[in-house]
Amino acid sequence: MIRQVRTIGFLALSVMFTCFFHAVFAGDITGAGATFPYPVYAKWAEAYKAKTGISLNYQSIGSGGGIKQIEANTVDFGASDMPLKVEELQKDGLVQWPMVMGGVVPVVNIAGIKKGELKLTGEVLANIYLGTIKKWNDPAIVKINESLKLPDQDIAVVHRSDGSGTTFLFTNYLAKVSKDWMDKAGSNTSVEWPTGIGGKGNEGVANFTAQTPGAIGYVEYAYALQNKLAYTMMANHEGKFVSPLSASFQTAAENADWANAPGFYLVLTDQPGANSWPITGASFILMHKEQAHPDRAKTALTFFSWCFANGSKMAEKLDYIPIPGSVVKIVKSVWLKEIKGKDGNAVYTAE
Amino acid sequence: MVPASGVDKVPAPNEDAEDFHLPSGLHFEGPFKILTRLSAILIIGVMAGIFLLLVLESVPVFHKFGFSFITASSWNPVSNKFGALASIVGTLATSFIAVLFGVPLALGSALFLNELCPFKLRSPLSTMIELLAAIPSIIYGMWGLFVMVPIMSHFIQPAMIKHCGHIPYVGGLFQGPPFGIGTLTAGLILSVMILPFIASVSLQAFATVPASLREAAYGTGANVWEVCRTVLIPFTKASLIGAIMLGLGRALGETMAVTFVIGNAHRLSVSLLAPGTTISATLANEFAEAFGDTYISSLLALGLILFLITFVILMITRMLFLYDKRRIPV
Repeated sequence: MIRQVRTIGFLALSVMFTCFFHAVFAGDITGAGATFPYPVYAKWAEAYKAKTGISLNYQSIGSGGGIKQIEANTVDFGASDMPLKVEELQKDGLVQWPMVMGGVVPVVNIAGIKKGELKLTGEVLANIYLGTIKKWNDPAIVKINESLKLPDQDIAVVHRSDGSGTTFLFTNYLAKVSKDWMDKAGSNTSVEWPTGIGGKGNEGVANFTAQTPGAIGYVEYAYALQNKLAYTMMANHEGKFVSPLSASFQTAAENADWANAPGFYLVLTDQPGANSWPITGASFILMHKEQAHPDRAKTALTFFSWCFANGSKMAEKLDYIPIPGSVVKIVKSVWLKEIKGKDGNAVYTAE
Repeated sequence: MVPASGVDKVPAPNEDAEDFHLPSGLHFEGPFKILTRLSAILIIGVMAGIFLLLVLESVPVFHKFGFSFITASSWNPVSNKFGALASIVGTLATSFIAVLFGVPLALGSALFLNELCPFKLRSPLSTMIELLAAIPSIIYGMWGLFVMVPIMSHFIQPAMIKHCGHIPYVGGLFQGPPFGIGTLTAGLILSVMILPFIASVSLQAFATVPASLREAAYGTGANVWEVCRTVLIPFTKASLIGAIMLGLGRALGETMAVTFVIGNAHRLSVSLLAPGTTISATLANEFAEAFGDTYISSLLALGLILFLITFVILMITRMLFLYDKRRIPV
């Protein structure tokens, strides 16, 4: 008798527990994807929750994971640093738009070289990563750095071991500026690196670079700043050497022609502009065109709209670059046109 | 035995054995047998299920690349051409180094604790060795990255390159810039990780050697080393090999600690100081973000290869041990 009462009590408790949890998470927006924008998405979600009580459940499992999950329709939105091509978007019935931007910067660990002192061109950087330039005092590097004393030291190349949007941006840039790189390695979230050691995550690359004398690596701008690594100057599309700063990322983004990019497929590497940083990129959000749950989609889009309107300062504080207002207008018109419920009506209502 | 008259008849020995009655009247014997049988079947079923899944997912990859999947070392996600050789060689190399350094250390510790250690220190020291096994592997990875790698790159590797780099045949093993990260460092960290497993099992094994045997050896004038060599180790050979198999199994499959310090380079190189990769490190790094059928199938095929490597090595070790046992006239 007692045993039966106990069993029933336990079952009842479990049922109540699950109902409680379900109630708590009912208003959640769920998303998954890139690790690069995770800090800023988390910050925005925290502020939005304080204001409206709706929370965001974002799993930073990587761009590839985000694409897989949105295709499988297990989340409300996916996040990817690598934009999908128009054919891929059409195949899966997805729409994408840029949400926030950042820059990828090369960082070095050479004795005596401080932040922003070393100058590199795309060609030289590609050859370093191809393994054809092996030492720091190679004539090609010395030629563009006449004023610096470069040691006779092996270059320790550091790259990402895991699949990553940062790698995609970096290799995209190298493929644009070096035909050798395009042939030998190509551009993707994960490539066959001709040389070098692989670190896991931006943190791994930052760590290896900081610990290994003579190392060069590539990390997101925020990591270079936070780990106090010596970043380099790069030659941009116009041939001018620029330092990685918010201003140079902004310039690269502004000169980008979003209006004429179908599906917003635009990779911001090697953009024109005298002060543009050559390895800039945007992080994209992916959602389905046809929404089975229009109310969930509306909650998500309202959140994104709020982030566009109110999130700029928070993003800048974390060293990201907000999307310019002119582009936000285009994005919202795409929402109205493309994201619809089963009844054919647009999910998003402009405020 | 015939009961004396007047005493109640004792029930025949086996009458109630199959049907033990608990006070509440439950017949637990039947369900107990069924449950234990189910548990055993479940374990075998899970293992068979994993194997089947790996085989089914790997079929398209072997269909596409054939045997060259195992012999090619190029791992290219962009052109979708995958070859497992670098991962396989890395797995075998790091495990070999781990066993090479770990087994003497572990056996040495176990012998010390058994024969030479003062009694008061035995318990705390053996507890500390067992605690090594409780440390999560990711902590080993971080320790390796922040402590071992700088030591290797500043002191040990430059010394190796300077002194061993030019020896005629083996010099090739010690070439290259001293990054600190590489196959050798990963192997050394693995050796620390498998040490507690081998040491604690060996310790228990040495404790089972009968005191009479040991005393007899000491009595004939053998010193500690001779006792260990001629009595302790041969007597416990079976358990020692079992312990080494345990350690080797862990080393083959270890993931996080290796990922941190091996450099994750899908390239074959002769030098131990060069970065490499292992099957488990590749899977840990690339599985979450892999998309595309060929890529995911290749990763699962790597998993199948690791499964088979572990199986084959353990089978070979078992066969060696069985062969040995038949020769010892005990």
